[in-house]
Amino acid sequence: MLLIDCPFCGKRPEVEFRCGGEAHIARPANPFAVDDQAWGEHLFVRKNPRGLHAERWIHAHGCGRWFNAIRDTYTDRFVETYKAGERPSVDLSEARA
Amino acid sequence: MLEARNLARRVAPLVAEAPVVLERASVHTLPAHARFSLRARDVSGVETLDHPIGRTWLSEKRFAARLGPDEWLLGAPESDGDLLQQGIERALSSRFFSLVDISHRNVAIEISGPAAAEALNAGCPLDLSEAAFPNGSATRTLLGKAEIVLARPSAAPVYRVECWRSFATYAHGFLIEAASSASFR
Amino acid sequence: MAQTYRLPTGGRIDRSKPIRFTFDGRTIEGFAGDTVASALLANGIHLTGRSFKYHRPRGILTHGSDEPSALLSVDRGPGRIDPNNRATVVEAREGLKAASQNRWPSLSFDVGAVNDLLSPVFVAGFYYKTFMWPRSFWDRVYEPVIRAAAGLGVAPQVPDADRYANRHAHCDVLVVGAGPAGLAAALAAAKTGKRVIVADEQPELGGSLLHETTTTIDGQSAEAWRAAAIAELDAQENVILLPRTTAFGYYNHNHIAMTERVTDHRADAPKTAPRERLWQVRAGEVVLATGAHERPLVFADNDRPGVMLAESVRVFVNRYGVLPGRKIVFATSAVSAYAAAADVKAAGVDVTLVDLRPEIECGAEVERLQALGVEVLTGHTVVGTKGRMRVEGLIVAPVTNGEIGARRVISCDCVGMSGGWTPAVHLFSQSRGKLAYDEGLDAFVPGASAQAERSAGAAKGLYDLMDCLASGFAAGAEAAGSTEVRTFSATPTPVGFKPVRALPTDANPAKVRAFVDFQNDVTAKDLKLAMREGFESIEHVKRYTTTGMATDQGKTSNMNALGIVSESLNRPLPSVGTTTFRPPYTPVTFGALVGPARDALFDPIRTTPIHDWAAEHGAKFENVALWRRAWFFPRPGEDQHAAVARECKAVRNGVGIFDASTLGKIEVVGPDAAEFMNRLYVNPWTKLGVGRCRYGLMLKEDGFILDDGVVARLADDRFHVTTTTGGAPRVLNHMEDYLQTEWPELNVFLTSTTEQWAVIAVQGPKAGETIQNLVSGIDLSNEAFPHMAVREGHICGTPCRLFRVSFTGDLGYEINVPSDYGRAVWEAVMEAGAPFGITPYGTETMHVLRAEKGYIIVGQETDGTVTPDDVGLAGMIAKAKPDFVGKRSLARPDLVASGRKQLVGLETADPGEVLDEGAQIVADPDQPIPMKMLGHVTSSYHSANCGRSIALALVEGGRALSGKTLHVTTPTGFTTVTVREPVFFDAEGGRINA
Repeated sequence: MLLIDCPFCGKRPEVEFRCGGEAHIARPANPFAVDDQAWGEHLFVRKNPRGLHAERWIHAHGCGRWFNAIRDTYTDRFVETYKAGERPSVDLSEARA
Repeated sequence: MLEARNLARRVAPLVAEAPVVLERASVHTLPAHARFSLRARDVSGVETLDHPIGRTWLSEKRFAARLGPDEWLLGAPESDGDLLQQGIERALSSRFFSLVDISHRNVAIEISGPAAAEALNAGCPLDLSEAAFPNGSATRTLLGKAEIVLARPSAAPVYRVECWRSFATYAHGFLIEAASSASFR
Repeated sequence: MAQTYRLPTGGRIDRSKPIRFTFDGRTIEGFAGDTVASALLANGIHLTGRSFKYHRPRGILTHGSDEPSALLSVDRGPGRIDPNNRATVVEAREGLKAASQNRWPSLSFDVGAVNDLLSPVFVAGFYYKTFMWPRSFWDRVYEPVIRAAAGLGVAPQVPDADRYANRHAHCDVLVVGAGPAGLAAALAAAKTGKRVIVADEQPELGGSLLHETTTTIDGQSAEAWRAAAIAELDAQENVILLPRTTAFGYYNHNHIAMTERVTDHRADAPKTAPRERLWQVRAGEVVLATGAHERPLVFADNDRPGVMLAESVRVFVNRYGVLPGRKIVFATSAVSAYAAAADVKAAGVDVTLVDLRPEIECGAEVERLQALGVEVLTGHTVVGTKGRMRVEGLIVAPVTNGEIGARRVISCDCVGMSGGWTPAVHLFSQSRGKLAYDEGLDAFVPGASAQAERSAGAAKGLYDLMDCLASGFAAGAEAAGSTEVRTFSATPTPVGFKPVRALPTDANPAKVRAFVDFQNDVTAKDLKLAMREGFESIEHVKRYTTTGMATDQGKTSNMNALGIVSESLNRPLPSVGTTTFRPPYTPVTFGALVGPARDALFDPIRTTPIHDWAAEHGAKFENVALWRRAWFFPRPGEDQHAAVARECKAVRNGVGIFDASTLGKIEVVGPDAAEFMNRLYVNPWTKLGVGRCRYGLMLKEDGFILDDGVVARLADDRFHVTTTTGGAPRVLNHMEDYLQTEWPELNVFLTSTTEQWAVIAVQGPKAGETIQNLVSGIDLSNEAFPHMAVREGHICGTPCRLFRVSFTGDLGYEINVPSDYGRAVWEAVMEAGAPFGITPYGTETMHVLRAEKGYIIVGQETDGTVTPDDVGLAGMIAKAKPDFVGKRSLARPDLVASGRKQLVGLETADPGEVLDEGAQIVADPDQPIPMKMLGHVTSSYHSANCGRSIALALVEGGRALSGKTLHVTTPTGFTTVTVREPVFFDAEGGRINA
């Protein structure tokens, strides 16, 4: 069971959390300005890296807050967690593929 | 006019449950109480609310447990519910907040005794040691398959478990099972 | 039975506490402190079972949890029968009943042993090669026969009578293994004041120190040192000592699962005491002091009862005061066996030692042993054994320059063999640490760590006691953040061995049965055959031959198998690879994993404030998510059909009462509440007046229906939202997600009030008359309180939110009262409705009534691929809103394409025929298979009010098919239906405003 560092509550066990998939996919301000292809990708296409991955998590059975995490999908190590609306300190473009 | 016989009487969950007193941990259901869910973004300067997440402001009769950055569980004796509500409305009068009565949503169970923390740990995955969960702690967490708010209102080994009413039978049964297992070494 | 093999003195058993148990019905005597294995050996019993595949007689190979052979069924009473227990682990106790397995009719005469004669047939890959043809035999012949023959032990037939406990725990340092390294680590860590947990699988802490009779540590006897160390640890508040506790799984982020055996060893355990406790430990740092396993030697018939590991012979003598034989031969390539030989000799036994190493490779140990009067044969190989049910002799031969000389039979009744040692790296490997091959040790040892752990002692390949103690102490100190160093003085340990694979033999290799994996009956020959057939990767060889895949996880066999593969392929051992170790380290009971989660605690059973009333009035219940809802209320003599028909008519003709408390409720509060609702729902909310309700429809961003429910506006900045019963958590999560992550600027807060309110639906033409005398502060007249309105007032003196809404199509109210008052108000409404024949109804009637009106149920008419237009609700969508969740997707090409499935009604030709829900719909039942399926039936009932069956369905282009005939599958073929509008009752909708 993972130990996840909630930005509000500190380290708590995985059972209190749910993962919400890839982070930093903002809903377009005007969805109708997006063509069908791009909208389909916005809805359904997600990264699946081996290595660092920015993810959304919610501390569902804790403070109830959504936040973001950088997790290594290979080792399950959490590099950092940060509040929604913030940016990670690691550069994901340099993360190993 | 309403006939007196039509005046509804109150039936709380677990009312029929007698206290279970074991050697090292005991389980009691607590009487009905006033409870509110307070949500607010800015509580600066409000002494009863402006404290860290996971901590509780406590007076003899009332408490305010901060469950998240903008969420508090407020409690008072049933007769003080209106006063508590008015107090919050006064304290936050110029700010945006939401105050919702959840007195009937929540049920409180108390577990106490030297093995109380151990019994809770049968279903609660948190570190309940003195250092990690001291007097005045309160948080939402899990007890087995039920979500609970776990609070430690005093330095004594006494914990309050609050859950939604339909989970009360499960949580109560779980605590009794856990208390009897924990008391065996 | 007398303990004829028990030494008169010595051992850790408590001779003042005799115990008796049975083995295959025979009474066995032993002492407290015995394992079942040691007590059997004390009584001269080696034969304990038949092997898995060949049904060969097998005995006790080891003294611990690595045991592959001595697997017993253990019976502690009704509901307490447990198969496949290792006799070397089960503590003997009064009244226990142990039985051998895999034999019929008896252990000494086993019909299945014919498999051994047929062994040339049962080679590696036997199943894959044999049961191929004919195909028709796969299911009916081969599988049943194989299943009947497969497996060890017999599964229990009745529910487990025991209780099991669960405990989450946290510590700074977890020490796994309490041998010398583990105890030293615990001492070092405990001194820092940090929280320390020490877990060891044995009943007593101490590991190898429990059988070191002559060793000293820091000038004390090993036992005195052990006792002092445990006393010191036990005295500290910050230390938890857990004997009988196996750390079996090392998971992410230093989460370790352990089972503590609490009562199995106690005949006097209180009935309520848990049998086992599952510990889930979150450790800051872990010290793995898990020791090492001894390797068997691979020679012909090395599996005969009486052939054991050399160190195990020593343990039985020193720790249990038991002689495994009166004439014992040791066969070894390891120095450690000399210590065993010496200890056994000292116990007065006739001992011979055969060393596989040529004399020149041996050290002073040879002379020292010879000085004790032991015959030592160096440079010899073992080519076989004598005896079948019990070893009677060891056949050895000298090896000179690869030439095998004359055979010699050394008669004996016990063989102690040693092929060296293998560090127990299982938990390290589970932690995802990288194993490193150490050629000098001929073993994999812990390499780079993946988690906050460190290994110490023999688990790390350090076999000398002094090194174990020092490395343990250092590991414990480091783990606790201390730099303290401590040196120990201790009697040197005889270490070192020469790796041997399959022993050289003069026999025909095709006939040699030299076992590598004793539990799965895999021989060296099987491994070689697999390689001849082209399997080279150890992972493939393992699966093909099943070596190392039994419940012992190959603790005694893995290195021998790897060595044989490496030697046969002539490739260095590390290039063959090692297998991945997975949890559990040793078998874990299902009970321990289930813990308290059984019976009433299996899942929370959620009930409403009115549940007890319903139960008292004979309701049948159905499960809806975790809720238990009243399904229907049969009267005496009524079946479900009759009860539902009566309830349905009662609502339409008078008044019905329904418990809707499980509906999800969310209080949406804040100045931006209407804006938030606009963004989440397809409907418009800005202009909804205070005191008014609207049916709300919510989509996911992909445009498909997520949930629906009535929403009431209580104030400009406050909405009372209802959701489906099962959808309540999902909808709140969906709302919170958007609020927190997409629109954090909106001043809105959400609070679940599902359980704050009991909801009593009063439905039917007499609903208003029923409640009017109970309600105060609300004008119930049509003008003051029309359909889709909400008012706050009082009922029976308690505050309520009264909704004028209907899910039946008739006049209806939903009374929301604080939950504790739910039952009392329900009973008051029942009483007030009595003159009108008020009838309680359940979810089945609710379903029928809404289907009569064509109202959808999310999850029944919808399945996550259905749009508002598909179910005829496009009119709900606010055209003027520029955006809401799901709006953009409604314009996706596939969602506007023609030919989408649409909600329709279906009428069967025979009004009495009720279609199956889920039945497929086709245009032409005579078309060739595969047929084109147009859709399926989503809801189907008998409607007493319509006097016929009714059904809803999703059908391709269905709205254009009104009046057309289609065909619906039935269990026996097809039936004919006519497509129609999905409203079956009161199509004009007048009754709702009546």
